[in-house]
Amino acid sequence: MSGREYMLGNVAIARGIVEGAVDVVSGYPGTPSSEIVDTLASMNERDFYIEWSVNEKVAMEVAAGASMAGARSVVTMKHVGLNVAADPLMTLAYMGVKGGMVIIVADDPSCHSSQNEQDTRRYSVFSQIPCLEPSTPQQAKDMIPYAFELSEKYEIPVIFRSTTRISHGKSDIKLAPVRQKTGEIKFEKNPDRWVMVPKNARVRHPHLLSIQQDIRGEFEFSGWNELSIEAENNIGVIACGTAAVYAKEALDRLGITASFLKIGTYPIPEDSVRQLLAKTEQVIVIEELEPVIEDQCKVIARDVGFETEIFGKADGILPRTGEFNVDICMEGIARAFGIDSCECKPATQAMELPVRPPAMCPGCSHRGTFHVMKKVFGEDAVFPSDIGCYTLGIQHGTVDTTLCMGASISVASGIYDAGEKKPICCTIGDSTFFHTGINSLMNAIYNKSDITVLILDNRTTAMTGHQPNPGMGKTATYEPTVEVAFDKLCSAMGAEFVEVVDPYDMDATEDVLQRAKAYEGVSVVIAKRACVISAAREGIRYTPFMVDTNLCKGCRKCLKFGCPAIEFDEVSKKASINSMCSGCGLCVEICNFDAIMEVKK
Amino acid sequence: MTSDLSYFDLVIAGVGGQGAVKVSDIIGKAAVSDEMSVRAAETHGMAQRGGSVVNYVRLGCELGSLIPCGSAHGMLALEPVEAMRYIHDVSKDGIVVMNISPIYPVTVTSGQCTYPDPKEIAARIEKDYRVVAFDAVALARQAGNIKTLNVVMLGAISSYLPIAEETLVECIKNLVPPKTIDTNLKAFRLGRETTRQ
Repeated sequence: MSGREYMLGNVAIARGIVEGAVDVVSGYPGTPSSEIVDTLASMNERDFYIEWSVNEKVAMEVAAGASMAGARSVVTMKHVGLNVAADPLMTLAYMGVKGGMVIIVADDPSCHSSQNEQDTRRYSVFSQIPCLEPSTPQQAKDMIPYAFELSEKYEIPVIFRSTTRISHGKSDIKLAPVRQKTGEIKFEKNPDRWVMVPKNARVRHPHLLSIQQDIRGEFEFSGWNELSIEAENNIGVIACGTAAVYAKEALDRLGITASFLKIGTYPIPEDSVRQLLAKTEQVIVIEELEPVIEDQCKVIARDVGFETEIFGKADGILPRTGEFNVDICMEGIARAFGIDSCECKPATQAMELPVRPPAMCPGCSHRGTFHVMKKVFGEDAVFPSDIGCYTLGIQHGTVDTTLCMGASISVASGIYDAGEKKPICCTIGDSTFFHTGINSLMNAIYNKSDITVLILDNRTTAMTGHQPNPGMGKTATYEPTVEVAFDKLCSAMGAEFVEVVDPYDMDATEDVLQRAKAYEGVSVVIAKRACVISAAREGIRYTPFMVDTNLCKGCRKCLKFGCPAIEFDEVSKKASINSMCSGCGLCVEICNFDAIMEVKK
Repeated sequence: MTSDLSYFDLVIAGVGGQGAVKVSDIIGKAAVSDEMSVRAAETHGMAQRGGSVVNYVRLGCELGSLIPCGSAHGMLALEPVEAMRYIHDVSKDGIVVMNISPIYPVTVTSGQCTYPDPKEIAARIEKDYRVVAFDAVALARQAGNIKTLNVVMLGAISSYLPIAEETLVECIKNLVPPKTIDTNLKAFRLGRETTRQ
């Protein structure tokens, strides 16, 4: 494969991983990072090992182990996943690596699909692990082979920060040849390096500090940082990531020229910053989320006694939240340098538009489970929940808390421990349960919580794009493997009430949930039914349903069920079922007048 | 004001599941075959579940994938309310090709919100933009499958894109399921007829 191709940023990153001759890839799915492993796992042939791990900590440790054995490894995750993997990360910085190891983390400024918008570059500063940050999907691809080399040269992992607009941006990508594999795979015993007992860790900490200057020195001459000095004008822009290309377009649209430093590496190139500050009187630093570069530029300016004014987030000229775009950059640049910006702003909407939030799919089994859960436990019960498609249940009043992956069960325990008297039923998906729910369930059982744990087992990691998990009996590459049984796993942890139900059978589900509610202690109910999207892909088809308008009384009870396939005709005052119906039949149970029935063939 | 940093900036607005990503893929790949550089931004994740979707495609552009406010050369709207939601991205002299057949969000079917009259939406947009509005669902049905709505709309906007028609047709053949090629090509032709001068 060579030439130019139109690619998703994550596909380009996957291509960069292949070009860099990787040996081992691991990851845990999370928007906007998931397509990297998806792409590599769906290749027909590959000369490297790949897996979806059960969580990011595990994935990081798998990649670290591979690297200790001399392999080139990659681990992928979303920004909040790095919190889960932060424990191995911080000590891996001391321990270092042998084969090149790249930690790919996709940040999500503006929380398009995330619970926060933390900035991974802070982890680079915190751990003293170098970080590379591309401005375009092309750079993202090209940076990966370099990241392996850098990692091997300094024997330290390298963080690669992507953002939504890199990972989910598309671009024409110029491909490069795939490199030959050179490293020998062999784990060599070396306790001073690989055993972080205090005696060894005390030696590795100063070592970590000592290589910082060398890495910084290498980055001063790196092509990933670009400095251009505009002798005619005494203003300057320092920018990184996608904000750098927005800033260039903003300057062009404003019709001004400025000295420009594009930063793509951390530690940042301090000499280049000094050169820019020496030639300018005013500089604006443009970066998404945290003022990482801005703060460092201010320190540099003070150390060398420059009086250049540095604008950015601290003075409120640019926002510290949300993703950037050309308009935000134009406004910031104009304000910093006192230029008139007459560009348009979005006018207030002339018309009141209905909001269109994402919804659970027609036929989603979670809708049935939630309906019965609310019926059995009462609207007033406490419903801690977790991260996945089922978080969309927030619109149905069945999601009272969502903190982070795996937190539903522990939050439920905490609410119980606090003395809350209302019934507590928490929900967690299959993949999320494997991710970090197991620990929480063990804790709840061990510490004698009185809660119901409802595992929503839709047989896949649906929200991020249907990645396999240990409950499916399939690996990342769809090879058959052991299928972890939820019921046996929960029983082994000491749960004494464990039942499996089919949420399409609402009567049976209601019966089991009634007993689970009455049970004193931790009751576990596994609602097992394949995701309606994966079922359809496997060719499972049901007869769709319809409303008999003679029987429909227009009570709207079925509409409250929240299925996108059910509509209401305001003229005839009757419900109707549209072409999105997948034939789950759950709404038949909802109707008090038997007005919903299968379409006759 | 449109940008001279791009030959054609296109906004694609619609609802998750309507095939907005497929349209931007066909246009992007076609542009690359025609030797243009392309930048595109897509909505993934949460928005796939019937949420509001906006994609950007910038043809002949080497900068970022997000189109500056009020500067797109054109809009392809798969759904009327979504056209209105993102209309501020389009330049005042821009072309808006829109489907007038609505998809009601759950907030409307459950009675929390009301859906405006699609004709009223088209009339509002016509005050400031060049508009081609029609019932694309009907044309998709005529082509043989209502799922080809996205390709009907692609056909309609294709008259304005700086890409050869044959290149687009070639990319449709490569990107749709083999069994649906004829239906999709018919959909493309029906759409293109709505805007061919």
